[in-house]
Order: sequence, then C-alpha cells, then structure tokens
Amino acid sequence: MSMVVAGEAPATEVTPRSGGRGKSYPRYVGGKVLGSLGSLAFMLVVNFFLFRVLPGDPARTLGRGRFTTPEQLAEFNRTHGLDQPLVEQFFTFLRNTFTGDLGVSIKYNVPVSELMLDRMWPTLLLVGTSTILSTVIGIWMGIHQAWKRDSFLDRSTTGTALTLYSMPEWWLGLVLIAVFSVGIGPIPGIFPTGGLDSGAVGQSAIEHGLDVAWHLVLPVFTLTLAYLAEYSLIMRASVLDELGEDYLTTARAKGLRDIQVRNNHAVRNAMLPATTVIALNLGFVVSGAITIETVFSIPGLGLLSTEALQTPDYWVLQGTFLFASGAVIFANLAANLLYGLLDPRVRS
Amino acid sequence: MTAPTETPVEAGRLSTRQLSWQRRRQALARGWAEFRRHRSGMVGLGIMVAFVLVALCAPLLASADGLSVTKATGGVLESPSGKFWLGTDESGRSVLTLLIWGSRISLLVGLLATVISMVIGTLIGLLSGYFTGWAGSILYRFTEWFLVIPFLPLAIILATVLGRSLFNIALVIGITTWPSTALLIRSQTLSIKERPYLERARVLGAGRAHQIGRHILPNVMPMVFANTTLTVAAAILSETTLSFLGLGDPTRVSWGTMLDSAYSVGAMTTGSWWFFLPPGLCVVAVVLAFTLIGRALEEVLDPRLRGR
Repeated sequence: MSMVVAGEAPATEVTPRSGGRGKSYPRYVGGKVLGSLGSLAFMLVVNFFLFRVLPGDPARTLGRGRFTTPEQLAEFNRTHGLDQPLVEQFFTFLRNTFTGDLGVSIKYNVPVSELMLDRMWPTLLLVGTSTILSTVIGIWMGIHQAWKRDSFLDRSTTGTALTLYSMPEWWLGLVLIAVFSVGIGPIPGIFPTGGLDSGAVGQSAIEHGLDVAWHLVLPVFTLTLAYLAEYSLIMRASVLDELGEDYLTTARAKGLRDIQVRNNHAVRNAMLPATTVIALNLGFVVSGAITIETVFSIPGLGLLSTEALQTPDYWVLQGTFLFASGAVIFANLAANLLYGLLDPRVRS
Repeated sequence: MTAPTETPVEAGRLSTRQLSWQRRRQALARGWAEFRRHRSGMVGLGIMVAFVLVALCAPLLASADGLSVTKATGGVLESPSGKFWLGTDESGRSVLTLLIWGSRISLLVGLLATVISMVIGTLIGLLSGYFTGWAGSILYRFTEWFLVIPFLPLAIILATVLGRSLFNIALVIGITTWPSTALLIRSQTLSIKERPYLERARVLGAGRAHQIGRHILPNVMPMVFANTTLTVAAAILSETTLSFLGLGDPTRVSWGTMLDSAYSVGAMTTGSWWFFLPPGLCVVAVVLAFTLIGRALEEVLDPRLRGR
C-alpha cells in the first residue's frame, strides 16, 4: 500500500498545450534524464544529512551506548571520518558512494556493498516473479471486469480487489502461514513456514532449485495478491475511460466483432496508464519486499534492512535506502521514457 | 453604523455573504444527495462511524485497567471464553480490551498523519500551481523529489533517528505522503487559475493572497476533502506496518503493535488465531471504509469518474 500512494501519481506532466509544439523524442529524453539526475543529487543529500545532521551528534546515535571511554568515541569518530568538517565529509561520502564503498556493516563486519549484492538475488527472485504474475493476471482481470461492467463477476472481483488493497500484505502472509504452513485443526500444513531453502546438504542443482521454488510459493502468492489488486483496479479504470470513446462506436459500426473492438482498440489505448504504473512500481522492489521478507524470513534486501533496524546497523540502513531510492528514480525515468515513446502527446 | 445614503438590505434580499453561504449549503446538500446514491460509499461511512464511536466510547466499553500487564487477570494466550470474548494475549490481557483501546491510537495516528500530509500537500500544491516562475518550478521539483523517496525505507530511517513516539510516527507518515496530494492540488490550481472569474479578480486588483485564499483555495477544498479520506486509509495502513516492524510507540497499544506482539510470540504457529486475526480484520475494515468513502467522494466531485 505504501508504494501505491506514490504509484498513483506518476511524476509525468500530462498537460497537452494548445498549439501542440511537440518536442522531438531525443530532446524529451534529455530533459527527463536531467530531471532524474537532479532527483539523484537530492537523494544523495538527503541520505547524507539524515544520518549526520538530524540526530545532533552522530557518534552518540550511531554507537548508542557502545562507547564507555572518550578514547573509544574519538576512535569511532576517526574511523568514520566524523572528525572532519561537514563539507569535507559530504565530498568523501560522494566519492565513496560512487566507488561503491558504502561502509562496513556493524553487525556482520563485512562491506555493506558486498552484503547487499549477496542479498539482492532472493529479493529480485521474489519480487520479479510476483510482478510478472500479478501483471499478467491483473491486466487480464481488469480488462474483463471493465468490459462486463456491473456484472456479477465485475462486482465481486472489484470488491475482492478493494479488500486486498486495504489489507496489510504482511498480515495476509501471516494468515496464509497459519493456514497453509501450520494447518488448521486436523488439516496439516503443506508449505514451509519460512526461509529460502531447507538447508539440506548434498542437493543437486535441480533439487535445490525445486526446494527454493517450494519455499517461495507462499511469499510469491502473497505478494502477487497484493500487487494484483492494484494492477487490476488500474487496468479496469483505464479501460472504463475508453468505453465511451467515439472510436469504439466507429469500430463497432464497421462491423467488428466485440472481441476485436476490445483487444485491438480499447485495450491498446488503455494499456498506456497501466504500463506506466507498472514500470514505476518496479522501482519499489525493496520497499515491497521489506515486510514479506520479514514475515517469511527470506534473506533478501528487505530482511536485511529490518534486521539492521534491531542493531541499529546504520551503514546497512543507509545502503539499502540508497539502493531503494536509486531504484525508484531509475524506474521513474524508465516509466517517463516509455510513456513518451508510446504517447507523443506528453512530449510537449 | 450604516451611512444614510446606503439602502438597507431589503427583506427577502440577501447580502452577498448570506448569498454565498446559502449557495455553499445548497452545494453541500446536492453533494450529500449524490453521495447517498453510492451504496459502497454509504457502507464505508457506516463502518467508519461505528469504529469512531467505539474509539470515542472506549472507556465505557472496557476499563483502561485491562491495558496494564500487571493487572492482567487471564492466563497466557487463553482461547476465547465467556469471560474473555476474544481470548487473552501473551501477558493475560483481554484481546477485546486491547482491540477497543487500540482503535483510538490507530485512528488518532491516521488522522494526525493525514492532517500533516494535507497541510503540507495543499500548501505546496497551491503555491507551485499558482506561481509560474522559478518559485513554482522549484516547488514542483521539490514535490517530484519527495515523490520518488521510497516510503518504507525512509520511514524506517526517520523512526530510528527521531525515536519511537506517537507523534513521530504520524510525522513520518505525514512527510512521506504529502507529495501525491501536492501534485493533485497543483493540477487543480493550474486549471482554476485560467478561469474567467480569476481573470476578473486580477483585473479588479485582487492581490495574490486574496486570489489564492478567497478564490482558488475554496475551489480546491472539495478535492482536498476527497483526497483526505484516501490518505487516512493509507496512513492507518502505514501505522500498522511501522508498528509491526517495531517502530511504533512502545508505551501505547495500537492494532499494529498488537500484531507485532502476536508475531513475536508466534501466535500463527501456536494456533492462537484470536490474537492475530481480530486486529488485522479491524485494520482491513477501517481502511476499506475510508477507501470506499474516498472513491465515492471522488465520483461525486468528478463526474468523469462516474460509473467506476
């Protein structure tokens, strides 16, 4: 739901001006890339100041209760460069970030970038699979709901989608664990309660793959349901927007079959907003996975950041935040470029 | 004192102020009539009113003593019985009591966050739409930047840095949700600004503050209102998620903190459904209610959306 809020208002400016002096596509791309670079710069500044300025004394916050002597404190300040002037610290931060040096995890004592690279694959696997599934099913559902609007099917599925949309996705995960992993009463649970694999030794690659797939069934199902609700609602709304259009009447008057009117005319236009929202949402990979990974204990980036919360492992938090916001900026740019390509009107 | 040359207001004729109030009342009545036709919106309103009543009457429904761990009378994770209708939690407190009192915190944080989000969003949206020059574009860029900050990671960091309290949670939700409101208000402002009556006001010498305060703001208010109910839904969901991740106010019970403790004691694996099911269902009901109201309001205000 958190990502929904932002996802609903893509940062694309759709104000078709009269006169219609559309820019060429390369110029449009250039403008958008510049805008993204601006966002990236802002992100870096936020990232830097969040950890160094807000809490007052960073050393005290960073090492909450871990320093007993002034020497230890001074040592900490030196290793983290906190004894330098703020401006200098900022440039060091920039240089380190661009060279992939995100600091060392307090808890694991390994470089944050290495840690994150390790933890990225489970997240991509989980979110990627769920996104593909929910996109395909959600778009299909949205089209059918809108085309048979107010039918029993439309009413019941839209109601279900709205309910799912109002549900914390991790709570749905908890309920599914209780039902399918633990089992109710005499019915035994069939799926594992969490983790990415059973950790058995001597598995072949295929066995391991199947093991991982088996463990991912419930989390993927949960996340798919959560995304599905949003995508089907968006697709339904976009198709409904097209329903009253004249070109559909024309298509019907030409004698096209209903299914042709739907697939070749209405859906083609309705795909535009849906494409943008899905592209935008891809950026919220990490945010989407945080709660689900926590509930199902999948060792991905999301679980990494909630674990870092307990320590608190500031450099890991900073690293995951940087990755998360970078992904959103990138996805935003991709969505804008895609929209500009698909719909020349927005380039003006 | 009325100057003698001025004719007093005749009976039956109204002053401009009275007239505008009358018109506003009529518009409100029309809107209400339109809203009443939405069955889902009315259902949402009913659910919302019920929950608000429960939250307001919490002291009458359950004694506040039930929240104290030391005064707990039940056993650990007792299943529902005549004495404890919804069983007990891991410290022997009645889940029903926690649920009733938790509704207060969940709704309060939701409303507080919404107010913060609405004030920032409306202000920045209005100004960035009204001012065309560099000031407007800076505000617009600013909105865009905030829009791409991923909510949960930022909220986690802010909650860690600011500390865990009720107001901080609301603040975190507020400052991460305002950009979508700002964009909506901005686009409304842009369209209202071009209308003839504003041109007329400008020609008559109305200042910027007058134009924004007396003409644009009243016209975007209905949209703000519809957006508010949707934001409350999002804010309550966010509060639940943040509390579940252990970032909630540790001294107060909300539905989110209940789910957090249910998760930590493993209520799912021990089959203590009465501990993790009711808070979640309450969240779903309240969020759904606000979403339904918001959608119905949007349709009332924007005829293009009708039939969705």
